[in-house]
Amino acid sequence: MTGPFDGGRDGGRRDPDEPDGVRGIPRIPGQRAAADDLEPPAADVLRRALEGAARAAQAARESREREEPDEPDERDEQHGDAGTADEATVPEPDGVTGDAAWAVTDGVTGDTAPGTAHEPAHPPDPADPPDPAEEPHMRAPAPEPAGPPPSHSVLKSLLGAWALAACSPEETTHVEDHLTECAPCADEALKLRDAVGLLQADRNLDLPPLLRSRVLENCLDRRAARIPVPVWATPYDAETARLDALLRDIGDAEWHAPLQLKWFEKEETATRRATVAGVIGHLMTVDGLVASALGLDDPLGASAPQSPTDRTEALWRAAHSPPTRTIHEPWRDQSHTLIRTVSFAGRGVAELSVSYGEFALPLRDAMIDRAFECWIHGWDIANAVVYPYPAPSGPHLHAMINLATQLIPSTLAARRRAGLASPAQQLVVPGSPGRSLHLEVEGAGGGDWYIALDSPAAVGSAERSVAQVALDDVEFCQLVAGHISPDEAAAGQDGDRDAIRDVLFAAASLSRL
Amino acid sequence: MAKDTPPRWDRRMQQRLARGEAAALGELYDRFASLVHSLAHRVLDDSEAADRITREVFGYVWENPDVFDPRQGSMRSWIAKLARLHAVNRLRQLETAAHQASGGGDAEELEQKIREASAAARADYIVTSMPAPLRAALDLAYFQRRDYRQTAADLGVTEDEARRRLRLGLQLLSSANTRPLEGSSPPGTGRSL
Repeated sequence: MTGPFDGGRDGGRRDPDEPDGVRGIPRIPGQRAAADDLEPPAADVLRRALEGAARAAQAARESREREEPDEPDERDEQHGDAGTADEATVPEPDGVTGDAAWAVTDGVTGDTAPGTAHEPAHPPDPADPPDPAEEPHMRAPAPEPAGPPPSHSVLKSLLGAWALAACSPEETTHVEDHLTECAPCADEALKLRDAVGLLQADRNLDLPPLLRSRVLENCLDRRAARIPVPVWATPYDAETARLDALLRDIGDAEWHAPLQLKWFEKEETATRRATVAGVIGHLMTVDGLVASALGLDDPLGASAPQSPTDRTEALWRAAHSPPTRTIHEPWRDQSHTLIRTVSFAGRGVAELSVSYGEFALPLRDAMIDRAFECWIHGWDIANAVVYPYPAPSGPHLHAMINLATQLIPSTLAARRRAGLASPAQQLVVPGSPGRSLHLEVEGAGGGDWYIALDSPAAVGSAERSVAQVALDDVEFCQLVAGHISPDEAAAGQDGDRDAIRDVLFAAASLSRL
Repeated sequence: MAKDTPPRWDRRMQQRLARGEAAALGELYDRFASLVHSLAHRVLDDSEAADRITREVFGYVWENPDVFDPRQGSMRSWIAKLARLHAVNRLRQLETAAHQASGGGDAEELEQKIREASAAARADYIVTSMPAPLRAALDLAYFQRRDYRQTAADLGVTEDEARRRLRLGLQLLSSANTRPLEGSSPPGTGRSL
């Protein structure tokens, strides 16, 4: 390979892998990022275009200073469209260039462009005489076929449109006649037509969802991380990355796509209308609980409520206008910061208590919980914008299911106190095996869990299991998310029916807005 | 995405990679994986081969963050170049093997194929990196078959301006054809995965 690979800069450095590197042009200070991202030939084209535009703007300024304000200046020399008022165009909202300079120039030769990029435009007066130095213009949109050909500069400016077959038939004829007599234009025309062959539709291939973990694993095998991401934070890392990839793929309008959030409350499925952007706000707000536990800024501010639902309501209430895709970046920044912070925090941080208001989880569990919510809401969003969204990887799914099974006994006990579950039957000494339900979860995230029925202090036990429930891994997660009701969880069931009912309802009760 | 990549982000990322921060590697992947994968796919026209190149490129960057020189350009362009070189190198291996298996053929044909694949990847990268107004104009005129007057109207610019954008966009793109063949071994390809 040859050549420096970017921006035509000469940093005075030889790439060790490019022994015969050809130097680009000396670096022009203050270049924009777009040119930084391009490799030398393209970057040079863009750079010349920018320089030409700057010169043109300068020349135009000077010429305006010299001339009477109402005199036609060279600005009009190339007008193909007399009716078009605004020559100083391109106020592009996307801010790519920050200025319109590149657009008003001749990129190839750098010869002075006719435009006046930075001036307040004034409409050319149709009565103005054409610049005597110029040949008569073609008049858009329908030039007289029999009329004289447009000027050389107009013909040259048409080369791109010609190569793309985007001219009128008359213009095409004029350009092609011109190419037989103008070697530089013919040369450029050929190049531009070849360039058209390089345009290829964006196939928008989705990355395989598991590629990320395979790539990162391969990297870490080759060189171990000195600051690893804790294993309990990797589901959060993976799920936020997946959701981020989806969000980057959707258009502005899809951020307002309506969706229905579902959870289980007061013994039935509760719903709430939201939008894609609103859901990202919800995720960010609840992730903020973890952020503030770690001493980071709470996105809702210091005096924000602690319960996830209250926080979300506060966020949605406070918004003066519907949330938009502007929520994407703060959400992603916060999730990156969380991952980074827990990586640096050291081993003890896993046990740090994260308060959710009515309850608290150690950080290691809170990060699994947040990964779970991120997946579930990513799924909600994917459904709303019709996008494929597979389940998390097996090990991550397993970690999420494991957390849910650990939380079920205390939820069951709370429901029992509220009269929503059958009475405890055999209380045992804390820490010893108690009456249990065998939860058999199938699928990549599956496994066998024994859930203590009578007290959160008892230990689940295979020997003392009185009932068995078999569920698919994703189905169990849907139950825990409140997306399906306990009655819908059409599980393989066997044994004590009250125990089965109590566990399925407790699982659904783990869900919340 | 490239547009809001300040040099500071690049340098900071380089430092974080150098000190072995796995979280930085994840962020790097999130930012550049689709670029790497799509360039590799353009050259090799095969998803699994593109997966493999993606592994190679990120493996190389993770092991050699110091090779990146911010003075030479953006991290994005560095990574795009690595992707293209690894992919072209892989294409050369595959084609050479196929060539030999079939008893050898026209060597010039093989070179031509590699040249074309490399130019296609360069062109793709140029399209993703050019200023968005240029890309929008090309998109309308080429993919949506609008003539330049319609393109001007769609973009809300003058016809003059539309012509300029189309021409400059193609000029940028045509530079993909002017680079010499890249075929020597790119950094890091000798390593096994």
